[in-house]
Amino acid sequence: MKETDIRLTPIKNGTVLDHLPVGTALKILEALQLSKPEKAVTIAINTESKRMGKKDLVFIEGKELTKSETEKIGLLAKGATINLIQNSEVKNKTTIELPEKAIGIIKCLNPKCISTIEGLETRFCIEQEPLRAKCFYCEKTMHEKEIANAIK
Amino acid sequence: MGFSLTDVISICDFSKKDIDFVLEKAAELEKTPKEKKSRILEGKIIASLFFEPSTRTRLSFETAIQSLGGKVIGFADPAVSSASKGETLSDSIRIISGYADIIVMRHFIEGSARRAAEVVKKPVINAGDGANQHPTQTLLDLYTIKKEFGKISGLKIGLLGDLKYGRTVHSLMYALAHYPNAEVFCISPESLRMPQEIIQANSGKLKIVETRDLQEFLPELDLLYATRIQKERFVDEFEYEQIKNIFVLGKQVLEKTKKGFRIMHPLPRVNEIKPELDSTEAALYFEQARNGLPVREALLSIMKDVEK
Repeated sequence: MKETDIRLTPIKNGTVLDHLPVGTALKILEALQLSKPEKAVTIAINTESKRMGKKDLVFIEGKELTKSETEKIGLLAKGATINLIQNSEVKNKTTIELPEKAIGIIKCLNPKCISTIEGLETRFCIEQEPLRAKCFYCEKTMHEKEIANAIK
Repeated sequence: MGFSLTDVISICDFSKKDIDFVLEKAAELEKTPKEKKSRILEGKIIASLFFEPSTRTRLSFETAIQSLGGKVIGFADPAVSSASKGETLSDSIRIISGYADIIVMRHFIEGSARRAAEVVKKPVINAGDGANQHPTQTLLDLYTIKKEFGKISGLKIGLLGDLKYGRTVHSLMYALAHYPNAEVFCISPESLRMPQEIIQANSGKLKIVETRDLQEFLPELDLLYATRIQKERFVDEFEYEQIKNIFVLGKQVLEKTKKGFRIMHPLPRVNEIKPELDSTEAALYFEQARNGLPVREALLSIMKDVEK
């Protein structure tokens, strides 16, 4: 049996997040508000990976990700794989890209920004390498660590 | 029209073509007879909304409006606006936009001008939104440089003082990056260096040198853009006291500079430039402040035709 088969078997219907950089699994649970889940969630941290050396994995029973949830994962773990599982089989496998724009999924950390003060839907332009998010309103730029803390 | 924007919010929105269009329009208006100019905004009402006091910027805008024949409504004191009753900016601006053809706005909240432009169908001109943007200042800086030197490309420009918090120098860096072969010397104390993200964003387009030593590069400069080191930026007053007099420009500066050297400053100054320089040829800062008028006239005359 292949390594990935072992990882995917716990899920009958749901989502497996694979190829997550080490240290991102818990952040993703937080971002998807799965730290107090109604669904069964299994995580694997710092496991062996042929492609990455080490990786994290998240198994979520009975859940398909929404677009905004996928975008949040993209900000935390670019290049990760989403496996949609149905009847214990992988129905769909996609690699997560960094979104070009982030609408309503991260908050601006600038307390003087109009989006913070008036509670507006936030809008950010995302730049890669290094990862940065620029607020549409106040034009302040957040870096990778700040972005992880700013996910709603 | 050679102008692509429907609002004037941030210098980062401007292409080189947009900037050049404004500078050419400003030059044209300086030559336009008063009487002809006074018909440009005839029948137009301009809202001048200063949610934060700024006497000079407001007077410059309101003079520009009046010289173009427009009528001004608005306020100079936020205490008289509904903001003091807790109304959101979004609501205030929606109501006011029903009365005016163009909105000129200054607000202490960062991103407020962008928000205003988003919620109204009338063009918005940002007259400063907190520590974020003040695009008309950058345009008048560029206009002053162009008018004085006949060009912007290829100049060697020193930015001096508080490069960390000074929004004028940040915006100027982005604007200068549109002009080929401009060289920028960022001269500041270590603790007030230009933010690295601004250096990185422009390093492919501008030749940038960072230094703490003004004397080393002074003989090379065509222009020195001085800024005020602001006391309110320092948590530690002792640190401010150590730094505040680090760059004070006096007449002795001119002994080392080349012919045609000029000094600019967004004003107000405190002690960065000694009054003894005011009467020298190098002093360009008062002319720079005066140039706010044709530049703001140019923007108003461009925005009156905008359809959003």
